[in-house]
Amino acid sequence: MEMVNLTINGVKVQAPKNATILEAAKSAGIHIPTLCYHPDLKPEGACRLCVVEATGARGLVASCCYPVAEGMVVQTNTAQVRKARRLVVELLLASHPKGCLSCRKSGDCELQRIAADLDVRNHRFDWGERKTYTLDDSNPCLVRDQEKCILCGRCIRMCRDVQGMNVYSFARRGFHAMVAAAFEQDLSKVACSFCGQCSAVCPTAAIMEKDDTERVWDAIHDPDKIVVCQVAPSVRVALGEEVGLAPGSIVTGKMVAGLKAMGFDKVFDTNFSADLTIMEEGHEFVDRLQHGGVLPMVTSCSPGWVNMCELKYPDLLPHLSTAKSPQGMFGAVIKTYWAEKANVNPAKIVSVSVMPCIAKKAECVRPQLRDSGFQDVDIVITTRELGKMLREDGIDFTRLPDAEFDSPLGYGSGAGAIFGTTGGVMEAALRTVADVVTGQDIQQVDYKAVRGFEETKEATLNIAGKEIRIAVCNTLGSAMKMMDRVRAGTANYHFIEVMACPGGCIGGGGQPIPTSKAIKKKRMEAIYSIDSNSKIRKSHENPEIKILYDTWMGKPLGEKAHRLLHTHYSPQNR
Amino acid sequence: MMQDTRIRADVLVCGGTACSASGSQEVMKRLREEIAKKGLSEEINVVKTGCHGFCENGPLVIVYPEGTFYVRVKPEDVPEIVEEHLYKGRVVERLLYHEPTTGKSIPTYKEIDFYKKQKRVVLSKCGAINPEKIEEYIALGGYEALGKVLTTMTPEQVIEEVKKSGLRGRGGAGFPTGMKWQFAHGAKGDKKYIICNADEGDPGAFMDRSVLEGDPHAVLEGMAIGAYAIGADEAYMYVRAEYPLAIKRLEIAIDQAEKMGLLGNNIFGSGFNLKIHIKKGAGAFVCGEETALMASIEGRRGMPRPRPPFPANSGLWGKPTNINNVETWANVPQIILKGADWFRSMGTEKSTGTKVFALTGKINHTGLAEVPMGITMREIIFDIGGGIPNGKKFKAVQIGGPSGGCLPESMLDTPVDYDSLTKVGAMMGSGGLVVMDETTCMVDVAKFFLNFTQSESCGKCTPCREGTKRMLEILNRITSGQGTETDLVVLEDLAKTIKVSALCGLGQTAPNPVLSTLKYFRDEYEAHIKEKRCPAGACEKLAQYFITEDCKGCGLCARNCPVHAITGEPKKRHVIDQTMCIKCGTCMQNCPFKAITKK
Repeated sequence: MEMVNLTINGVKVQAPKNATILEAAKSAGIHIPTLCYHPDLKPEGACRLCVVEATGARGLVASCCYPVAEGMVVQTNTAQVRKARRLVVELLLASHPKGCLSCRKSGDCELQRIAADLDVRNHRFDWGERKTYTLDDSNPCLVRDQEKCILCGRCIRMCRDVQGMNVYSFARRGFHAMVAAAFEQDLSKVACSFCGQCSAVCPTAAIMEKDDTERVWDAIHDPDKIVVCQVAPSVRVALGEEVGLAPGSIVTGKMVAGLKAMGFDKVFDTNFSADLTIMEEGHEFVDRLQHGGVLPMVTSCSPGWVNMCELKYPDLLPHLSTAKSPQGMFGAVIKTYWAEKANVNPAKIVSVSVMPCIAKKAECVRPQLRDSGFQDVDIVITTRELGKMLREDGIDFTRLPDAEFDSPLGYGSGAGAIFGTTGGVMEAALRTVADVVTGQDIQQVDYKAVRGFEETKEATLNIAGKEIRIAVCNTLGSAMKMMDRVRAGTANYHFIEVMACPGGCIGGGGQPIPTSKAIKKKRMEAIYSIDSNSKIRKSHENPEIKILYDTWMGKPLGEKAHRLLHTHYSPQNR
Repeated sequence: MMQDTRIRADVLVCGGTACSASGSQEVMKRLREEIAKKGLSEEINVVKTGCHGFCENGPLVIVYPEGTFYVRVKPEDVPEIVEEHLYKGRVVERLLYHEPTTGKSIPTYKEIDFYKKQKRVVLSKCGAINPEKIEEYIALGGYEALGKVLTTMTPEQVIEEVKKSGLRGRGGAGFPTGMKWQFAHGAKGDKKYIICNADEGDPGAFMDRSVLEGDPHAVLEGMAIGAYAIGADEAYMYVRAEYPLAIKRLEIAIDQAEKMGLLGNNIFGSGFNLKIHIKKGAGAFVCGEETALMASIEGRRGMPRPRPPFPANSGLWGKPTNINNVETWANVPQIILKGADWFRSMGTEKSTGTKVFALTGKINHTGLAEVPMGITMREIIFDIGGGIPNGKKFKAVQIGGPSGGCLPESMLDTPVDYDSLTKVGAMMGSGGLVVMDETTCMVDVAKFFLNFTQSESCGKCTPCREGTKRMLEILNRITSGQGTETDLVVLEDLAKTIKVSALCGLGQTAPNPVLSTLKYFRDEYEAHIKEKRCPAGACEKLAQYFITEDCKGCGLCARNCPVHAITGEPKKRHVIDQTMCIKCGTCMQNCPFKAITKK
């Protein structure tokens, strides 16, 4: 790579020719504060917090998008820069509600942190007009508090450039400029997939997950309720970040112990139902393959993706696997199979799931997901919300002794574990499909072609002498491109995995903030290490799964399985 | 114009927007009717032209060959013009322009002060030809430059000539045009674009509109030359939808030029192609900023993005693109035809050629004037513009629109060129000149322009969106008597910081009206703050009403005062209680003796 030499604050720095000043400064250990910048998004230079002095430029330049040049001299801390930087913060604060103490983002808010870092205490514009908006909490997933919006545009870029959904854009001009959905409507009225990526990149409390923690506390404190929970595969590799551990820390045992300490009666593992999903989805795929079903078959575990398909590709719904998501299957099984086994009244069960996902909050209220005779999953909280509850409960997480999931429904194979990352559902399915089709116990279980962050991965495999073409998409943007090809008949695949979020569930909309590709990479590595350290790495070999089928469920795709573990989809008009 | 030998006279009627608004269409209709009645239709040609610039005196009618210049012609004047002038050959004295000071009538165009000091290059054909007939443009040398370029010059030679001419962008910042072309020419890419920025949005500016309406082919020809020079085959004309006449004439012009093989495919048989599209802008001021303009053409919200990359490397749809404004393009054909040296002979060393200004505000000759660069502001305002009406005193001139600054009397001898204007805190801008007299409050003027830029801010960057809002709030406070001395400090601080930290030209220049008025009229700010007084008497909330000695004690004022702030005995001088007065002015309107004054 061609390098250039520049000087930042008197320090000689070498940087790649196409690097920005911000990147060059970072590599030299020089910190420049940023707000609208996000490592996973295209820089916009909008907030002007990262302005610096650079030779050859008129006025101050936004270091997040200004390219370095040979011989350039950069100053990041002159009087003029300091003044401009502080003014930006001061101006943002003047338009911002002052209730930091009671704000949900308090402590995690980037604006708050920057105001403290830059020591902005001189509020010269307290007399200024403030904009007032009504709160949008019209949907089960996201709450938009526009008064806290600082117009950094991260949500817009995430939704448009990465997710391709284009829900948000700037509207109006001048002081009244705002981030708005089409015609300034509530999110429930527009084609939003509820993936929640906007909330994951929002620096303030302008877009947040809907807070369902109070409902969980209420259930826990109700002596008449049996409160059970399931925890998704990717939560255990991210939750540590909520309590100050390094990204990629695997905290399974402490997480289970923490949930029990909080007062959950039973703590189960969604990895178990991920294995269950593979049983159904794998057999469904083999069935479609052998009996001329609709192909390519597309996975349906990611509710953000399912929403997007129902919104934008209703004609392609027959491609979706009818197998419920692991959360959905778990919900159906807990209030039937487990209730029977444990001899409890399903009406008294409050089924909580801890998910990396914002869209799961909408999934659990789908009318299709009431096959137990009740709402199968009652409350969904995100990794972030669980972190908050742990802190609130005063649990010293790192000192907790490791605990085990409750059984049955407490064991997941390595295949179940990798559901938490892009490519994982495909890999898990292939491990089972290969054995089912060949009738053998195939030892080669690593399908490396489907791993990694690439938005679209594809591979051709040979299973029992048959060529199987597969593709794996993460981000809704790449899913959209793929679905356009499916629609046009040019996607020559048998099986496609789609996860709505960048990197899959490890990058879910409900995962700890901050998030970035580097952090997600650590989480992904952790997921694969759980898998490689598992004794059982194929879903169909999970002993609890075998017992479930042998003693109660019958056969995959059987009558009972069909009733409890499969679902249907319908177009959404928003 | 003169194809038909039987034609002995041409009657030119101004069809510019201002003259049309004051009834020139009706005048033209009557002319045709009356001429037909006299049986003169065969020998007298009535032509609708573009703007002559002398808008204050419209509708304008000019009779050639002698060039008799009639002003403020009403439809009912037409029979007299036809009967006397066209039939009997006698000039209608009363419709000529009369020198305001001497009252002397001036029969022809060139003898009028307004035109005497002008140097009409860009406007040379405006008003002289029918802009809806390409033949008239061609008759005066139109498309010769394009022919010359395509048949005898390489793109490099064209760029060299434009560079040599010293032409700088007429849209505001004054970037050297030839250099800009060089960048786009040198940029790698199989597809390149040319854009004409006709999103003229400064309050009081109508230079580009008049050029587009009066001489659309000059702009198109300039674009074609530029396209050849940089290697583009597609161009966009981004013009405000509020300019329907300009759009209509551009459509006609493009259509005619394409039919004659002067635009479109294989121009002049040279193998060079250029398709020009018209894109109507929806009226956002910020779309005049080049990156916002391109976003708008691409169908996105018009919001600027940081540069680099510059459009020359990554412009429209990511392709190398060259953007110039209307007036810049219109200069190009003449530079090619008459040469860089001819162009350099006008203006100053670093600001060559001419500049068109729109004269508005408190000035006698509202209109368009094209002057050589380097002329002083005083000459423009007093010699060409005819000075300040109603015997009032000159106070300031705002140059450069909302991005420019206000210059006081003491700066009137500043030469009008890019660098001198920037040095004194104004800028050339696109050429709007708003003249103010002693009744204008300079704080109010700053507030007006800031209100404009704040409401036109795209909202993307913090300094512009939030900062100009706070500046505006401070100005509102000052003009309503609630300003403090701290306000002044904060205002100046905001202005200086926004100037260096905003993302685009709009935000970076938005504080200029405040900074320049603070520089030259600080005493007015201080009077508002310290004495709660508006020296110009323009700020309504600071106005004070007084009853003078002329009061007869009739009591009408007291009876009409809605807050009972006026007291007095019958037949004696009344008094206004300033603490109660709400400055509604009702007393003043009702006083039969003009005994109430406002200060």
